[in-house]
Amino acid sequence: MRLTCDYLVTYSGGVTDDDRVFKALADPTRRFLLDALFARDGRTLTDLESELEMTRFGVMKHLRVLEDSGLVVTRRSGREKLHFLNPVPIRLIHDRWIDKYRERHVSALVDLKTQLEESA
Amino acid sequence: MTTATVTTTQVYQLFIKATPEQVWDAITKPEFTTRYFFASRVEMADGRRRAYGPGGELWGDSAILEEHPPRRLVHEWQGLYDPDLAAEEPSRVTWEIEPQDGGVTKLTLVHDQLEGAPRTAESVAGGWMFVLSGLKTLLETGQPLAG
Repeated sequence: MRLTCDYLVTYSGGVTDDDRVFKALADPTRRFLLDALFARDGRTLTDLESELEMTRFGVMKHLRVLEDSGLVVTRRSGREKLHFLNPVPIRLIHDRWIDKYRERHVSALVDLKTQLEESA
Repeated sequence: MTTATVTTTQVYQLFIKATPEQVWDAITKPEFTTRYFFASRVEMADGRRRAYGPGGELWGDSAILEEHPPRRLVHEWQGLYDPDLAAEEPSRVTWEIEPQDGGVTKLTLVHDQLEGAPRTAESVAGGWMFVLSGLKTLLETGQPLAG
């Protein structure tokens, strides 16, 4: 058990952890920041800060959580640090959760159709 | 779904439970690319990265700008699979492969220099997610992404 936990912690250190993504998304300011990057990507802290009624430190903290979750990736461009929206973690959650339940839903309908047709 | 303003740099990052060498092979060898990259055969030779469709049609033929296995690959991008995309200026794709702790590899894909290729930018946005998600599934499970 201990080993399993360590392993999971190590792996989530690689920011693949769904928990971090869900936690990052569970905050309106962070969702606002993601939407701001969705509208226009590759922005500096100063640029993002100008859209929020919040201290620079506050915005930095939120961006850090987004970065730790993998939803935001930073790249250097000259002297500037640019923030990019990384859509992959949401896609992986989609593949892992949404597709799974939609598939079951669809197969339940297929089963129903089969049953109805057989009994007809 | 709302449409985003098309920007000239797109960044995708994911963590894959595989070695950098495995990731490198998966993005540079046709026996892997046919299983997740829209069934295309990617071949790297003579400083070119060529991609062929299932019927042998040429989907891409671009210059390799940097090749440092298994850590970094940079090549131009021009979609020949669609005349509208083929008519646009070439853009650039950078693959960065970095080993992490715990047998995990960080893969960052940057598609930039899209200034002269707005249709390409729009077209590849969903495509890269599909490709990268499929690449991860293939390397971690040995099976292509279902569906």
